[in-house]
Amino acid sequence: MEKDSQETFSDALLRISNVDAFYGTFQALWDVSLVVKPGEIVALIGSNASGKSTLINTISGVIHPARGTIEFDGRDISTLDPFQIVTLGISQVPEGRRIFPEMTVSDNLILGSYNRQARPNRDQNLKRVYEHFPILEERKNQLAKTLSGGEQQMLAIGRGLMSDPKLMLFDEISLGLAPKVTEELYKAVREIRAKGITILLVEQNVRRSLKEADRAYIIKAGHIVLSKNAAECQEEEIRQAYFGVCS
Amino acid sequence: MNMEVLAGLSRPIIMGVLLGGLYALIALGLSMVFGVMKLINVAHGDLMIFSAYFAYALMTAWGIDPILSLTMGIPLWFGLGFAIQKYVMSRAFGISMEAPLIIAFGISLILQSLAQIIWSPYSRGLTAPYALGGISLGITTVPRTYLLSFIAALVVMLVLREFLRRSYLGKAIVAASQDKRGAELVGINTGRVYAFAFAIAMATTAIAGVFFGLTFPFTPTSGVGFLVIAFGVIIIGGLGSMLGTFIGGIVLGLTQTLSGHFLGAAWQMLFVYLIVFVVLAVRPQGIFGR
Repeated sequence: MEKDSQETFSDALLRISNVDAFYGTFQALWDVSLVVKPGEIVALIGSNASGKSTLINTISGVIHPARGTIEFDGRDISTLDPFQIVTLGISQVPEGRRIFPEMTVSDNLILGSYNRQARPNRDQNLKRVYEHFPILEERKNQLAKTLSGGEQQMLAIGRGLMSDPKLMLFDEISLGLAPKVTEELYKAVREIRAKGITILLVEQNVRRSLKEADRAYIIKAGHIVLSKNAAECQEEEIRQAYFGVCS
Repeated sequence: MNMEVLAGLSRPIIMGVLLGGLYALIALGLSMVFGVMKLINVAHGDLMIFSAYFAYALMTAWGIDPILSLTMGIPLWFGLGFAIQKYVMSRAFGISMEAPLIIAFGISLILQSLAQIIWSPYSRGLTAPYALGGISLGITTVPRTYLLSFIAALVVMLVLREFLRRSYLGKAIVAASQDKRGAELVGINTGRVYAFAFAIAMATTAIAGVFFGLTFPFTPTSGVGFLVIAFGVIIIGGLGSMLGTFIGGIVLGLTQTLSGHFLGAAWQMLFVYLIVFVVLAVRPQGIFGR
C-alpha cells in the first residue's frame, strides 16, 4: 500500500477518517480515509462493486458509517441525514441520475434549491445552470423523462448546482453516454470547478478520471489501495491496483 | 334510440356523475397516501366515518352545523394524520413493508370499536337545513346532498391539484413520490414531507366524512365498504393523480347508476367491480396513471 503525505493536510474541505460502512450485514468500506482540499478535483477510481458509490453515499448521509468520522468544513457530519448534509453544502449527482421523471425540467431544477440556504439564491442559480446548459432552458417546460440520456445527466448536474454546493459528488456521470456527450459534460465539470466548487468524482473510465482530476484515490474491495497526484499515476500501478497484483 | 329513452337516461347519468363526485372525494386521500408513500391505508374508510361521527357529536351536543364543524374537523384530522405518519407509520416503514399495513388494520379496528362504544352500532346521520330535499337541475331533480358533495369534491380536487403543482411543499411531495432517494439528495426531508402528505390526505378525509354523513346514514362499520369503493376509484383513475381520481369516481358512479337503471339495483355493484376488473386487466396503471 502506497500513500503520500497529503492525508495530513490541515486545510481539508472534506476529511474522511478510518470509515467502515455496511450494506446490511455486508461490509462495503474498510478503514477508508480520504481528503479533499478546497478547489480540487479528486477522482475515486475502482472497478464495479469496489465501494465507490457506497463511499459517495456515506458522504451524503444515505448510509451512516459504522466506525470513523466524516468531517466537512471542520464539522463532523457522520450522523447527519442527507437533507441536512445538502444544506451544509455537499451536493450529490447520483448514479442513474435520479431525476423526477414526471416533472418538468424547470421543476426538477427548482427542487434542487429546496433547502433554506439555497432558496434565496434560486433565481440566480437557475440562471447559472442555464448558462452551463442552454439546452435545459430550451426544454424547461418538457417533462424530464422526455430528455435524452445526456440531457438528463445535464439536468441532474444542474439540479445539483441549484443547492449552492461547496462540494459536488459526481457518481458515474458519463455512464452509457456517447463520447461527444461525455466531453460536453466534463467541459461543464471544469466550468463548475472554475467557479470555485470542489469536486469528488467517481468514474469507471480511468483515463478520463486521471485527465480531469488533480489527485486520485484507487479503491479496491472497500479499501483505499493507492492515492496519488493524477499526473503521476502510472498505468501499470493502476492496473495492479485494479486487478489485484498489489505492489 | 327515441327521445323517451334519452330522457329516461338523463336522471341516472346526472345522479351517477354526482354520486361519483362523492366517491372521488372519499378516494382523494387514499390516492394521495397510496401514491406518495405506497401505503395501502386500510384505515382510510374508518378515518372518514370517524369524521362523520365527530361532526355528529358536535351537531347533537351543541347544534353545530356539520359543514361549519369542519373548521375544527380539518385541523384535527390534519394533526392526527401528521402524528400517525410521524410517530407510527415512519417507524413501521423501518421494520418491513407489511408493518404499516398491519398498523393501518389495527387503527381501523380501534376506530370501529371506539365508534361502537361511543355511538352504538345503530345508524346515524348528519343533517343541515340547506341539505334537505331536492334541487332542480332543469332535466331532473337531485338530492341537494348529492350536489353539495359533488361541488365539495370538485373544490377539494382542484385545490389539491394546484397545491401539488405550484407550491414548494407540493412539488416536494410529488418529487418524493417519484424518486425518494433523489428527493433526499436535493435536500428534501422526506420524513417530514411524508407526514405532511398524510396530514393533507387526512384533512380531505375529514371533509369526505362530513359530506358522506350528510348524504348517507352511517354505522361504525360503514367505512369498510367505502374503502373498497375508494380502491375501485383509484384503480380506475390511476394512482396519485388527483384529476384521475376525480374522473375515476365519476366513471364508478356512472357505472353504478346506469347498470342499476338498465338491470336493476341488484346488479349495480357487480358491474362496479366488473369495470374495476376490466381496467385492471386492460390498463393496470389506470386511465390517468403513469
